[in-house]
Amino acid sequence: MKILVPVKRVVDHKVNVRVRADGSGVETGNVKMSMNPFDEIAVEEAVRMREAGTCDELVVVSIGPKQAEDTLRTALALGADKAILIESDERVEPLAVAKLLKELAAREAPDLVLLGKQAIDDDAAQTGPMLSALLDWPISSFAAKIEAKDDALEVIEEADNGREVVTLPLPAIVTVDLQLNQPRNVSLPSVIKAKQKPLERLAAADFGVDLAPRLEILATRAPDPRPEGKRVGSVDELLAALRSHAGLLEGEAR
Amino acid sequence: MADRESMQVDVVVVGAGPAGLSAAIRLKQNALKSGNDVSIVVLEKAAEIGGHILSGAVIDPVGLNELVPDWQQKGAPLATQVTSDRFRYFTSSRAFDFPTPLLPKLFSNHGCYIASLGDLCRWLGDEAEALGVDVFPGFAATELLVDDMNVVKGVVTGDMGRDRNGEETSGFTPGMELHARYTLIAEGARGSLAKKAIARYRLDREADPQKFGLGIKEIWQVAPENHREGHVEHILGWPLDDATGGGGFVYHAAGNQVIVGHVTHLNYTNPHLSPFDEFQRFKTHPEMRKLLEGGQRIAFGARAMTSGGWQSVPELAFPGGALIGCSAGFMNLPRIKGSHTAILSGMRTADLFSAALLDGRGNDVIEDAKNKVLAGALHDELHPVRNAKPLLSSFGTIAGTVLTGIDLWLQQLLKFSPFGTMHHKHADNDTLHLARNSTEILYPKPDGVLTFDRASSVYLANIGHDENQPVHLKLADASVPIRHNLPQYDEPARFYCPAGVYEVVKDASGMPSFRINAANCVHCKTCDIKDPAQNITWTPPEGGSGPNYRGM
Repeated sequence: MKILVPVKRVVDHKVNVRVRADGSGVETGNVKMSMNPFDEIAVEEAVRMREAGTCDELVVVSIGPKQAEDTLRTALALGADKAILIESDERVEPLAVAKLLKELAAREAPDLVLLGKQAIDDDAAQTGPMLSALLDWPISSFAAKIEAKDDALEVIEEADNGREVVTLPLPAIVTVDLQLNQPRNVSLPSVIKAKQKPLERLAAADFGVDLAPRLEILATRAPDPRPEGKRVGSVDELLAALRSHAGLLEGEAR
Repeated sequence: MADRESMQVDVVVVGAGPAGLSAAIRLKQNALKSGNDVSIVVLEKAAEIGGHILSGAVIDPVGLNELVPDWQQKGAPLATQVTSDRFRYFTSSRAFDFPTPLLPKLFSNHGCYIASLGDLCRWLGDEAEALGVDVFPGFAATELLVDDMNVVKGVVTGDMGRDRNGEETSGFTPGMELHARYTLIAEGARGSLAKKAIARYRLDREADPQKFGLGIKEIWQVAPENHREGHVEHILGWPLDDATGGGGFVYHAAGNQVIVGHVTHLNYTNPHLSPFDEFQRFKTHPEMRKLLEGGQRIAFGARAMTSGGWQSVPELAFPGGALIGCSAGFMNLPRIKGSHTAILSGMRTADLFSAALLDGRGNDVIEDAKNKVLAGALHDELHPVRNAKPLLSSFGTIAGTVLTGIDLWLQQLLKFSPFGTMHHKHADNDTLHLARNSTEILYPKPDGVLTFDRASSVYLANIGHDENQPVHLKLADASVPIRHNLPQYDEPARFYCPAGVYEVVKDASGMPSFRINAANCVHCKTCDIKDPAQNITWTPPEGGSGPNYRGM
């Protein structure tokens, strides 16, 4: 089975995200970036399938600026065989990403596209489903366990009311959730080996797809700071405090 | 235990700071000139290059001019030139300017740049990689490899994936041995391997005790009307008393950002003193309040600096390698600048090692390294200012500064110092008075606008630290903090640590115990320096742990 894992370069999850002084967006200028943690889980799962022998080729792809090469090198160090950078300095929305991935899928012919359920920057959770629609491939979202069965996959997925077990024929798309695995520590020898692995660079503009954003961002604001908490002495005091706040315990008042 | 992999290189450099990267770049430049292929690996414990770098910084480009002469064309991140310069003295309510004509010329910041040393290091990292240096951030060197002949043969990187008790977890990844002909230690102030090398080879046997300061820094986004890009201020006096060395700085960087910081010399005597709270207090001075009013704090960090200067520089070379940069200590104290001297020390040392590599040597001692490195520019930088720190320690801030001024003028005009070479008498761990002989200090409560507590500050250092790993702050004797330090010195760790790592907590019966919140650690190394019992050893946690500074 050949697996394609798209990985996104995002603001590192340890960094305190700050809105730019002029409100034009989130500060990404001088901020540490790294691989979207959900994508890292997808890479880890694919590497485990590679090690178990169910996967025979693992390709990672990132769409973004040149610096996304660092993200791809991390994926190679985790155990991917080959990386592709589709370079674009513009903001690419999930639909544009899905269109590019569709073209790439036609070229690379993967049996499985494994990706994070969402990216931690825009939290859109759209790329996987959109790619599924464009390719007309089956999709399982929020995977908590993946098992290869002949020409199909059995996936346990996180659902609102519990867990569902689904079977997908290949080729297929699976988006992964937090419970799937714990990505490994990258070792120094694997980082050294990753430097020698192939990394192909393509230009997004050469794919002949419409990448223009469909959304306009009007403003970005930091949430209001949380008001300071108040310690109450009794349940009655608590109820009184809740009642005095507009909107709280509204149902009871009616 | 799983076997470690190993790799042979010509030179391994520990630490991707200004010294380490400059040495690596210079070694490659020399190798290209001589047509000699030299393999160089730089290890960096931060998750990315520059992630643990913290400096003022007003940078003198003299080192960079020599290392990468076309740095301007290549877009090095030194963009904001110093345009105006002030040297001030604070009392609790007023501010006085030291008259500029009376200041020796080295106090001038003319020709220097307000910049982030972390950003500069990231740029130097790209330069190094373009020359073929392998820089590996996220990997800490935790041990020196020493053979039976007491020669350093390289380093070992730390294991990852051990739990709190040191047991291997499912994510265990063993460290790697890097075997090298030469090992350069560039860990900055109070490096953990540098400390071991200095002790093992008694590199400091002829030097004065090393001295340190703790620098704490914040970046503020200020109101445009309060901002003057290129303006620099250095401030002595309040809130420190005259006997306590240190001072504040204010640098107006680009984009309405102001860098505000404060240094406390770690030879202070009152165990209740808290450098963190002194800095917070510094910001409440009317002058500072005016500047920061309406602004927002966007970054925080802290780092110890080596400040012993000329007299405290240890022997640099040991069998199989050398110390460079602040691991040895080349900061110019009155200029409070050390990054250019770090770059110069890396380059001078690299030249010595390039020659040795070309001669086919390896794993031996470079002869006379200290004299060769400390000649020329570094001599001219450090020798004239050698008495500044001892004068401040002996006479206090006001008299010490005046005497330093006189000393520098005499040397500038007559090439003569009436003081000769004064000496540092005590190591910083040796200067605390007993708690019962010291006044308690009541610091004002933070207001959450101008002044902050440790927890909200550390939050802005973007720390990543897997809590399920062995505690990296090692106590030689776990009973010392409560049995010795608490009754004698009121356990000063909880005051000197700027990150709230150390706490003394009491249980229901009032029994005190010592708690270490290792995940708060910003890797400043102050505990390793200041603990009066010298019971705390700072060791590198898992690679990639610690702060994630940007622009610091």
